[in-house]
Amino acid sequence: MAPVLEVSGLSTVFHTRTGTVRAVQDVSFSVEPGETMAVVGESGCGKTMMALSLMRLIPSPPGEITAGSVRVAGTDLLKLDEPTMRDMRGSQIAMIFQEPMTALNPLLTVGKQIAEMVTLHEKVSGRAAKERAVEMLHHVKIPEPRRRAGEYPHQMSGGMRQRAMIAMALACKPKVLIADEPTTALDVTIQAQVLDLIDDLRQELGTAVVLITHDLGVVAEVADRMIVMYAGRKVEEGTVAELFAHPRHPYLQGLLNSVPRVGQPKRLQEIAGTVPPLSNLPPGCAFAPRCPSAVAQCRDAIPPLDEKRPGHRAACWVT
Amino acid sequence: MLSYLLRRLGLMVLTLFGVSIAIFLLLRIVPGNIADILFDSAGMIDPAEKQKIVAELGLDQPLVVQYAQWVNGLLHGDLGYSYVSEKPVLDEVLPRIPITARLAALAIMFAVCTGVPIGVISAVRQNSGIDYGLRVFSLAALSLPSFWLGLLVLMAFVNWAGLLPIYDKAPQTWGMAILMYGVPAATVGLRSSALIMRLTRSSMLEVMRMDYIRTARSKGLSEPAVTFIHALRNALLPVITTIGIETAFLFGGLVVTETVFNIPGVARFLVEAIRWRDYPMVQNLVMFIATVVVIVNLIVDLTYAFVDPRIRLGS
Repeated sequence: MAPVLEVSGLSTVFHTRTGTVRAVQDVSFSVEPGETMAVVGESGCGKTMMALSLMRLIPSPPGEITAGSVRVAGTDLLKLDEPTMRDMRGSQIAMIFQEPMTALNPLLTVGKQIAEMVTLHEKVSGRAAKERAVEMLHHVKIPEPRRRAGEYPHQMSGGMRQRAMIAMALACKPKVLIADEPTTALDVTIQAQVLDLIDDLRQELGTAVVLITHDLGVVAEVADRMIVMYAGRKVEEGTVAELFAHPRHPYLQGLLNSVPRVGQPKRLQEIAGTVPPLSNLPPGCAFAPRCPSAVAQCRDAIPPLDEKRPGHRAACWVT
Repeated sequence: MLSYLLRRLGLMVLTLFGVSIAIFLLLRIVPGNIADILFDSAGMIDPAEKQKIVAELGLDQPLVVQYAQWVNGLLHGDLGYSYVSEKPVLDEVLPRIPITARLAALAIMFAVCTGVPIGVISAVRQNSGIDYGLRVFSLAALSLPSFWLGLLVLMAFVNWAGLLPIYDKAPQTWGMAILMYGVPAATVGLRSSALIMRLTRSSMLEVMRMDYIRTARSKGLSEPAVTFIHALRNALLPVITTIGIETAFLFGGLVVTETVFNIPGVARFLVEAIRWRDYPMVQNLVMFIATVVVIVNLIVDLTYAFVDPRIRLGS
């Protein structure tokens, strides 16, 4: 199948007083319809900035997308003028955010906020848009959708609000859904429900999902393929099963070693150190200062993304 | 909602009770009473005569008794007689109220209608030339005392340009009314306008950073739609509160502005009454102004609840 989302060579920088921050550097990946692609990495590695770049929602200035292309069903979003891009947002590529508590407007009813999305992209009456909002709330398994549509965000629980966000994002059946840490702010039981919901809707609507998360448990549960990001760069890529079984980049190995597993009582290992500031990256591999197996070459040159095993690429000189 | 309203009404009564005690005591603390002033200015020296006047007005009674008499009359709709004109207070005050009310309403309208849009423009064009210009202008407007600004306006438009009529009798035509009330109202409202502008600006900037604004953009809304549908309503919440507080300040400004522009309103009359220690007049006028301020604040809070569902429905 032809990929519905093709990102290639995407680079985003922020021009700040203290220098240029390279938030996203040369990131490429593609997602097929109905596929879930996970983007994994710890805080500050550029995941959210990458997601916002796809939507062209980088605050500018100071942010700027300097290179690359983002093709949705063949159309390069980065080449569109702003009005055309606005038409694409919501209808072709939609996004749900990390904080369901603050991502909805507190002064508008949930139904109105969903209906707004519909009237924006489709020529329908206000009444029909409202009906669609109720329908979408029903779709995301909110009980009593008609009553809930008339409620304000503060009257709903966190999980319910995130469902409403999902209902809104999917109201116009976008081809691509970007979910930025959609479950991080939720209770564990609610997390599972929301993930199941995204997964069900993906199958039903054939939406391609880009799932941004730092939670490897979530990745194992719902993603087909994953990319690992570190300091704004893609460092490893492959199917979830392959990467979990044979992690090649020491960063992913470190991440996997820091996850507790049932039935394997051993001491959890942490990755020493922290992510380097994106405004002051080392000349070689950005992970080298924290890497247990780094050699001299790692500090001098950035390793290329090589195919280490069939369909499994990693950027590492050593492994 | 009903219990909220009842609670607020109860608080209103308490506030007014406090105000009545404060104004009563403050007036008694100010040196001299009507009898002293009459005797000083007229040069009369007969202490028996003075004593008679004091007794006649009941000023020799204990303070508690005087206070009780005043409040008792107030509760029964009897505002007493002016010491100076010897006419009922109500007859003196009533014709002046519409004049001040018009001025005050126009001033608030001017403040809101200029302050909010300018604040939005300033926020949307943050750090542009327009923004800097408007911020400097608003700071200047905040720093200008309204009496001085009033004098400048008089000098410029009445004295030199001759564009404005001076208030000598009630305006006959709409055009005259707008000029005669509008210019003083703008003069006294400029300070509030500047305050509202700065508040709207900072509030807008804060709201524009909120997650739900990013959500609105991710839906594909245009910038004007994001600004006016999603940001402005949220940004106006603190501004609404300020409007209530500014109403109270407005009366202070009106005292001066009515004097400068020679407008026969309540505020200027109050200053006259204070000068004569006309206790019934001052006390009742202050109570009237306090009631207006308290009611405006109640309306403001109800508006707030109307705009913000988190308050209306409780969280």
